[in-house]
Amino acid sequence: MPTTNKKKHSVNTDFEVRSLDIAEPKISKESFLSYAKYLLMGIIFGIVLVKSEVISWYRIQEMFRLQSFHMYGVMGSAVVTGIISIWLIKKFNINTIYGKPVVIPAKKFSKGQIYGGLIFGFGWALTGACPGPLYALIGSGFSIIIITLLSALAGTWLYGYFKERLPH
Amino acid sequence: MIEFLKQPWAWYVAGPLIGLMVPALLLLGNKMLGVSSSLRHVCAACVPAKIPFFHYDWKKEAWNLFFVAGIVAGGAIVAVFLDNPNPIAINPQLVTELNQYGLSEPHSLMPEELFNWQQLFTAKGLFFIVFGGLLVGFGTRYAGGCTSGHSIMGLSNLQLPSLIATISFMVGGFIMANLILPYILNW
Repeated sequence: MPTTNKKKHSVNTDFEVRSLDIAEPKISKESFLSYAKYLLMGIIFGIVLVKSEVISWYRIQEMFRLQSFHMYGVMGSAVVTGIISIWLIKKFNINTIYGKPVVIPAKKFSKGQIYGGLIFGFGWALTGACPGPLYALIGSGFSIIIITLLSALAGTWLYGYFKERLPH
Repeated sequence: MIEFLKQPWAWYVAGPLIGLMVPALLLLGNKMLGVSSSLRHVCAACVPAKIPFFHYDWKKEAWNLFFVAGIVAGGAIVAVFLDNPNPIAINPQLVTELNQYGLSEPHSLMPEELFNWQQLFTAKGLFFIVFGGLLVGFGTRYAGGCTSGHSIMGLSNLQLPSLIATISFMVGGFIMANLILPYILNW
């Protein structure tokens, strides 16, 4: 019974922390080597982000002024590829390399997707970078972006601090 | 081959490669593409304070930190081995518009007149470098994801909340780029 007044604190609006969304049977202890494959995926992702110039402030400005198709082409073809891939995984029940079924938790609507989305949109047009490109830009040698990344960390922390007082 | 790779990659090459990250991460260990969550994990690891949002076992999400470390390394690999020797080719209309604000023609991926260490100590620089970053961090977590987690992973899984988030990202970006940015750049 005393749980009712704690309800507001347990609302989940962030579905990117898998261990909070899915109670998975204990994953066999991951070794450094098993993490290395994610490092490698990150390297490939980073190379593509830079070579396709989607990390460029100019490309973002073009996109928001409808002056170039490039960004729309990248995002659109990425999504189409992703949709087909997930469809194939589900259709043929393809397992992970460890033989486990692929499980993707569903996201729920919250007003945060609108308010937070708009706020991120403002920041995206200003910095010309979303979080992935922030990391890639730092790697490319734009050292000043370390400050932008630290600011993004501070922004994330502030969100956590104010979360319960924000409309969701 | 290397010369070919040094050119900017076309959208129809880069887009599918980015899209393939989705099944690759799922099949390698049931991981969902998403970059902004790494910021939450770093907060949880370093400065959780007494905030419930940062109290979870971030070590279970450590793969994500390896992934973003890889992105930094990928950027460095391009800078060393695959750097495009030519300046970025952008729409001449944008060059003209940026000239009006006193920004010269681009010679790298970022306008270095705006994003440099000296600018950090000016109002304009603070606005772009620090305030912009704050909005990115606050907004992505408030929305529960960024361009990768919502616009690519979420849309690939046909999640309506991700479509709502993506539309909101775009609306916010259009407002900032067209209605607000011109005033800030004219400071």
